[in-house]
Amino acid sequence: MIRFILSRIVQGIIVIFAVITITFALSKMVPGGSVRSERFISKEAQKAQDEYYGLDKPWLAQLGLQFKHYATLNLPESYHYKGRGVDEIIASGFPVSAAVGGAALLIALAIGVPLGALAALRPNTLEDRTSTLAATLGICAPSMVMGPLIALLFGLKLRWFNASGWFDASDWVLPALTLGIIYSAYIARLMRGSLRETLAQEFIRTARAKGASEASVVFLHAMKLASLPVLNFLGPAAAGLLTGSFIVETVFQLPGLGQFFVSAAVNKDIPLTIALSTFFAALIVSFNLLVDILQAALNPRIRLQA
Amino acid sequence: MSSRTNQSLSPMQAAWRRLMRQRMNAWALGFLITLVLLCFIGPELSPYDQSQQDLELKATDPSRAHWLGTDPLGRDMLTRILHGGRVSLEVGLLATAVAVIIGVLYGMISGLAGGRTDATMMRIVDILYAFPFINFVILLMAIVGREFWLIFVAIGAVEWLTMARVVRGQVLALKNLEFIIAARACGAGFWHIVWKHLLPNVMGPVIIYASLTVPGVMLLEAALSFLGLGIQPPDASWGVLIREGANSMESYPWLLLYPGIFFSTTLLALNLLGDGLRDAFDPKSMSQQ
Repeated sequence: MIRFILSRIVQGIIVIFAVITITFALSKMVPGGSVRSERFISKEAQKAQDEYYGLDKPWLAQLGLQFKHYATLNLPESYHYKGRGVDEIIASGFPVSAAVGGAALLIALAIGVPLGALAALRPNTLEDRTSTLAATLGICAPSMVMGPLIALLFGLKLRWFNASGWFDASDWVLPALTLGIIYSAYIARLMRGSLRETLAQEFIRTARAKGASEASVVFLHAMKLASLPVLNFLGPAAAGLLTGSFIVETVFQLPGLGQFFVSAAVNKDIPLTIALSTFFAALIVSFNLLVDILQAALNPRIRLQA
Repeated sequence: MSSRTNQSLSPMQAAWRRLMRQRMNAWALGFLITLVLLCFIGPELSPYDQSQQDLELKATDPSRAHWLGTDPLGRDMLTRILHGGRVSLEVGLLATAVAVIIGVLYGMISGLAGGRTDATMMRIVDILYAFPFINFVILLMAIVGREFWLIFVAIGAVEWLTMARVVRGQVLALKNLEFIIAARACGAGFWHIVWKHLLPNVMGPVIIYASLTVPGVMLLEAALSFLGLGIQPPDASWGVLIREGANSMESYPWLLLYPGIFFSTTLLALNLLGDGLRDAFDPKSMSQQ
């Protein structure tokens, strides 16, 4: 177990440094320099600026510098937001994204798991059809359609919440609702499929044969195994939700990480782009590790191997 | 299994029958065929060009002349939606094709090579799953440019991982079966076996996963266009139209609704058809019925 965790941590670190390298290489494909502005600046000023950001060095040295920044957790400055460290920018955007994403995750689980379980427990009934249809519709109404519609209905028409922005304490509700409904659809579908499959297995028949009550069969025996695919989906999904959805943050104009990523890419703000990709990759890696450990705890047949 | 009725049917025909037995699948297929025809022929028949402006008509309601009304620049919405649909479908199909080509090649090589090569190649896929690919695509679109071919190549290049896994599993299962060994014993060459025996048997799962990839890819294209990083106006895709609609939804909500309905219905049909294909081909889900 410890060997497994250690080897996964090493693998995760390799992933993170690979992400730094790829993001760096992609951003070097920018035509022209990245700090150079459209306005004319004198040669001396340009040279001083390049030196300040380490851009006068060869590419490999620049990449080495990036590695050093991340290995020592002494993160560089943003090109666009002059004087602000990228860690400072992440620290300002992450709470917004995490609040919205965390709430969305809870909404998704609260709707998705019961809906999918109900459909699986009563196959081919009206409940099953309705919940499957609801789940399919949720998958087919992407956030760029659902988000504006929810903003229009609850924000502009009913005026229950602000349609966009991050001013009031209740501004997380609409974006979290948008994301929560969409993710609940995926969770419901996974839950239904895996619970149906689990209930057909022999250990469930054994549990019933020895006289276990229906509730204990479902909740103690079946749910444990049936939740594995959902967990598998939740790992990357949670990382994506917590770091902010690009679309939803654009629709609701939230000052979260998702928005920063798009603007950093458009502004050619290389340090910020690298930092955001790295942060995202680190979250995915840690959530995947967490999911693997949880899965091993839930399913005795899974053996963790390095 | 009713062996008598299935006796004379090839596996493909049997799968087709199972697919069409569900009425929803037939509806989905019919809808998609109609949509493709409309999107590829409709703009040619329309009296308007998709980017043709008529500033006298600012965001009018549906009328005889403009069946779905016009947008704030007086462009005919129906023509724009159908043209946008063509772009979205093209990106969806081309990006899926890119993903299929990469995935099949990678999975085949991995499965055929076996041993340590196979283990290494699959470990690489495992590691790639942890990459923030969406970030890379956004970055690529933002810095290199927003060209049509780049959109589907970039999307296809990130969507091949599951395909590679599926193909590799299939090849591993197939390559030691009797008919392959028999072919080899008869002196068939390596490429002959790959081309005539392996590839046809891998195609079933490939078609299923490709059909499930198309809606995901179209979603990604729409997301990029919505963020302003994909198809560029005045050219249109459904993502572009939804973005334009969202920007003016307070005054003209139908500009968001119409393209949204087209997009959602198409995603619904593609998902239904993909699920139907999986059920029709997959022996495991067959036994559940």
